[in-house]
Amino acid sequence: MKIKLKKGLDLKIAGGVKTTAVRDVDVKVFAVSPDDFPGFKPKVDVKEGDSVMAGAPIMHDKKNEDVKLVAPVSGTIKAVVRGERRKVIRIEIEKSDNQMSRRFDICDNLDGSDAMRLLAESGLLAEVRQRPYDIVPSPEVSPRDIFVTAIDSAPLAVSPEMAVADKVKQIEAAVRLLSTICKGKIYISVRPDSILPAITGAERVEIEGPHPAGNPGIQAANIAPVNKGETIWTLDIVTLARIGELAVNGQRDFSTIVAVTGPEVGEPCMLKTFEGAAVAPLLKAASLRQTSHHIRVISGNVLSGVATSPDDYLHFPYHQLTVIAEGDDKTEFMGWASLSPSKASVSPTFPGHFSGKAFTPDARLNGGRRAMIMSGEYDRVMPMDILPEYLLKAIISRNIESMEKLGIYEVAPEDFAVAEYVDTSKLPLQQIVREGLDYLRDALE
Amino acid sequence: MNFLKKYLDRVRPNFEEGGKLHAFHSVYDGFATFLFTPSTTSGKRGAHIHDSIDSKRTMIIVVAALMPCFFFGMYNTGYQHQLALGIDSFPFWDMMLYGFLAVLPRVVVAYVVGLGIEFVVAQWRKEEIQEGFLVTGILIPMILPIETPLWMIAVATAFSVIFVKEVFGGTGYNVLNVALVTRAFLFFAYPAQMSGDKVFVPTGSVFGFGGEAADGYSCATPLGQIATQTSEQITLTGADGQAITSWDAFVGLIPGSFGETSMICILIGAAILLLSRIADWRVMLSVFVGGLFMGWIANSFATPTYPASYLSPIDQLLYGGFAFAAVFMATDPVTAARTRTGKYIYGLLIGVIAVIIRTYNNGYPEGAMLAVLLMNCFAPLIDWCVVQANINRRMRRTNVISKNA
Repeated sequence: MKIKLKKGLDLKIAGGVKTTAVRDVDVKVFAVSPDDFPGFKPKVDVKEGDSVMAGAPIMHDKKNEDVKLVAPVSGTIKAVVRGERRKVIRIEIEKSDNQMSRRFDICDNLDGSDAMRLLAESGLLAEVRQRPYDIVPSPEVSPRDIFVTAIDSAPLAVSPEMAVADKVKQIEAAVRLLSTICKGKIYISVRPDSILPAITGAERVEIEGPHPAGNPGIQAANIAPVNKGETIWTLDIVTLARIGELAVNGQRDFSTIVAVTGPEVGEPCMLKTFEGAAVAPLLKAASLRQTSHHIRVISGNVLSGVATSPDDYLHFPYHQLTVIAEGDDKTEFMGWASLSPSKASVSPTFPGHFSGKAFTPDARLNGGRRAMIMSGEYDRVMPMDILPEYLLKAIISRNIESMEKLGIYEVAPEDFAVAEYVDTSKLPLQQIVREGLDYLRDALE
Repeated sequence: MNFLKKYLDRVRPNFEEGGKLHAFHSVYDGFATFLFTPSTTSGKRGAHIHDSIDSKRTMIIVVAALMPCFFFGMYNTGYQHQLALGIDSFPFWDMMLYGFLAVLPRVVVAYVVGLGIEFVVAQWRKEEIQEGFLVTGILIPMILPIETPLWMIAVATAFSVIFVKEVFGGTGYNVLNVALVTRAFLFFAYPAQMSGDKVFVPTGSVFGFGGEAADGYSCATPLGQIATQTSEQITLTGADGQAITSWDAFVGLIPGSFGETSMICILIGAAILLLSRIADWRVMLSVFVGGLFMGWIANSFATPTYPASYLSPIDQLLYGGFAFAAVFMATDPVTAARTRTGKYIYGLLIGVIAVIIRTYNNGYPEGAMLAVLLMNCFAPLIDWCVVQANINRRMRRTNVISKNA
């Protein structure tokens, strides 16, 4: 299958990775943050000082007790960090010198419910998302179809294919495992120039187009949209390979390749570590620029990542770290009238619109928050059969019937990331969608 | 500019909660964000970078697109005045100065009244001041006859800012175009001062400049003259009694509202709006197509009962406020249709209705204003239909599945 998407936007930002070399980096402390897994209500299973092995459960979901979050390395629990009202912020684990990995029971002919239990127990289900609601899948519902993306179209991202190039066997095993759970099809989306071979049991979809073409939700919307009452799963190819590793070896693979990118990074590079690694050693390995201005470290990409303090840890999906200037210490006189070619914009009223060079953006909103004034702005960057303005208005007014009719079951916050970037009114679209999905789920479940 | 920034930072506490000037917080905020890009940064989750464009720049581009029409309006006001006095010489700077002095008080009144209300409401609602009125304030004097009394402008501006915009929630929530309601308010409340043959050509002196025209001098706009004609052969005359041609209307040296006479300048404005992608080409194009289409029909069935039906379709676009409304009024994103398909329908209907009103209703020689306001009211309905089509597509998909299941 071939799909050509026109809508969207590829941002040119300075600080991309220029090499294909992957360096190992030594990180001592790792952490799992339950906030990265929407829909997961954490109940902590360990206490400070406990020793755990890689793959051992450290939290489970209060609602679906089978769904676990597991330790990415073996070592001792350094801290259970809690915030207001004892909310679990993260569990930190200090890595020990000799690594032990938990073994899972696998046999050749697992049925659907065994496979589901295996995924939930191994922490892999938490790395998959279900639509509707863009949450950790419920193990009670088997998905209609599964959409796997081997494309990361986000700004400065590196192709995930490289990380799985030598894991075709695992990917095939994962597809076999997932097909016991899912009666429908398993789609794997790639770019037309992909080096990934055809995978038995999965349908290969070639996708062209700018960001967010790589988002699995966008792919699903253009292949087989989610209807009311249906459930689909979305995941990336790296997670699929991890599922395959589990199916083949009975062990979890927590290694991850992190692209450290952005204009504030001295040597953008790819580093190999484990899920949830502390950010500081990664930044050091990539020789973060020493500057006097404030910086913002983002775990993920600039459009839908999580702002992370330098003493924090990598957040799910553990692929990318981007460092940009914060910008709150900048003085810009009448920025709205500026004709400077260094201001990035999709609007032809800025000379920067016509320049082909990469920009060094900062985290400012570049304007005040307003009501939706311009029309069609979101439309231009959302390759889905959705009327984003109307869906957002239905969400803001908490009108469940309209939300359903306008297709809220088909969307995830990340699908609105580019729209949030181009928005003249500077509305927090992804937050609006997240709150809408949570509201809807609370009301209906 | 650092001293200015430091000064603003120093006086900021006075305007914050508990400060002695807290009552003027939104005024401070308005000036501070106008002078310096606000340093508010993105939240923890969500997009961390944002495009450089904001509402201020959008509005300023529209104002810039209006400037050719505005400067031409100054020139034309002076020019029409010279013609009315029967003077043959046309010194450029004298005419510009006359036009400038004639329009200046009107611009000042519109801005002071409108922005004053915006500031008060923003303060009351504890919101930031919104930029929408930057455009409205310059539009109001441009779509009014130059002789409109200042107090009327003040009353009409206050009426429409309060009752058309603020009661609905401010910029972005209004149903009707604020500037057009100002004009409509004056048109219906004070018809004698807003139409006819006494208001479009300035006959008196302003601030001692210009002269006084002969007593009883009058000249109506081309559309006003057409409405009163009875023969098939339309004859239009300018302020000096000479005939006006379509070329005069294209250039814009004809009597009319201050900023809307020159097709050339309107086209320059249109180019600015389209190249900057601030206005939607779908709306603009379809208004012209609708006007041409209805003009062609009217012209094909021309009858002496409705003298304007003798105008060729092209002339329908050239005279009156049609082109100005198509480029600057119909494209207002807040009051226009917001869906892609809806924009074509919305624009086409504006074009068609504008020509219908001006041709088949002799009481209203200018139909563009009423057509846009009427379609402002129907835009939500058009959008509703387009949205419903999207919903139906989704429903059909679900139904197919439940049948198969």
